[in-house]
Amino acid sequence: MYGHHFPEPDARPADGLLDQVEAAEAALRAAAARGRPDVADGAATDTDPQAYFTGLIEADQKIEPRDWMPDAYRRTLIRQIAQHAHSEIIGMQPEGNWISRAPSLKRKAILLAKVQDEAGHGLYLYAAAETLGVTRDELVDLLLAGRQKYSSIFNYPTLSWADVGAIGWLVDGAAIVNQVPLCRCSYGPYARAMIRVCKEESFHQRQGYEILHTLAHGTPAQREMAQDAVDRWWYPSLAMFGPPDGDSTHSQQSMAWKIKRFSNDELRQRFVDMCVQQAEVLGLRIPDPDLRWNAERQAYDFTQPDYAELMRVISGDGPCNRQRAAHRRRAHTDGAWVREAAETYAAKQAARSAERLEVAA
Amino acid sequence: MSDRGGMTDGSTDRRGWPLWEVFVRPRRGLAHSHVGSLHAPDAELALRNARDVYTRRQEGVSIWVVPAAVITASSPDEKDAFFAPAADKVYRHPTFYQVPDGAAHL
Repeated sequence: MYGHHFPEPDARPADGLLDQVEAAEAALRAAAARGRPDVADGAATDTDPQAYFTGLIEADQKIEPRDWMPDAYRRTLIRQIAQHAHSEIIGMQPEGNWISRAPSLKRKAILLAKVQDEAGHGLYLYAAAETLGVTRDELVDLLLAGRQKYSSIFNYPTLSWADVGAIGWLVDGAAIVNQVPLCRCSYGPYARAMIRVCKEESFHQRQGYEILHTLAHGTPAQREMAQDAVDRWWYPSLAMFGPPDGDSTHSQQSMAWKIKRFSNDELRQRFVDMCVQQAEVLGLRIPDPDLRWNAERQAYDFTQPDYAELMRVISGDGPCNRQRAAHRRRAHTDGAWVREAAETYAAKQAARSAERLEVAA
Repeated sequence: MSDRGGMTDGSTDRRGWPLWEVFVRPRRGLAHSHVGSLHAPDAELALRNARDVYTRRQEGVSIWVVPAAVITASSPDEKDAFFAPAADKVYRHPTFYQVPDGAAHL
């Protein structure tokens, strides 16, 4: 999409993720062109704000930063977007762990680019959250203090190089399945940020898949390493979709507000159905003895992840929770002098140019 | 991503790094358009960060950064008063006029 330097993936299936993102982008433009059917933009709006807000949501129009919105809508979005931003930032750690040990210069350059993307995604999302009236510093402080969550998946360790592949294929794959519907979220800045994020994520998923494919077709030891990574990342990846629908606390209202478009279980099923064929191509086994096609449902039956484990990890008792938080706090503290120096330099330059102006006058 | 344009709260964070809005010209011949925002201590760093954050994949040939605090925006709440004058002037659109049959190049 960004021009001529990249090979056009002609062989891509029509229902590829990038097509879905492009469809969401087209829908966004179409909705903007359509406007609100009953009240033209620019017309008098003396209806009560709640009715106007509901009307916008029902007409699939985006809510923009300075529109009136219910407090709970604002709070829900801040919580969700912040959590999402924190996940991108913490998500740099498991893979960052392998940058210095990537097996070739090419793999190292790719991994660096990927981790840099994640920092960028964090930034887009913090910026989207800021449009709701919080500051990035407040959100960063909440993360550092452990008072806001990030995705539980990043509390698992990356034990081998194959884990970098498994993260790209499974973790980024699950993230994309979760995030593509968010490109149609009712809050404009979040939807626009997600379109950008999803386009970049599809590179992440493919690079992971390629790593696993290479290992799965390498020596027996490499193959074993790839299988071991898939064995360890499969269930935590399924858990990324959150608790089953019956236990999901925020789902219903979020669906009504069109922040969320599909339930946790629907998305989890979609992910499983996608992965089965991809695993076959890799020649790797999905570690679920009960995984089988259900002709009646036209979907795969599969073993649910251990939700008790998910809850334990979310509440702070995963394999790496403390390590991740400590690392982030250390990085923030270690960077303080850079922020201070940049600020001092900016102030000094501003003072100098003010002096020059005075002399010239 | 952020188009709070002109919204005063949040334009400067507690530690004093102002918020900048970023505009990118994707290709020669196209106008700059808003792509997002970022915090930076000064214009030069804002520009460098904008390059790293918003043009990692050759999305642009030119970048503007503008301090969010200096943008003055109309408010959606005022759209009635502010944009109303255009509503009853349909004669500003070419489709308002009936072209007699046979008139070419109009």
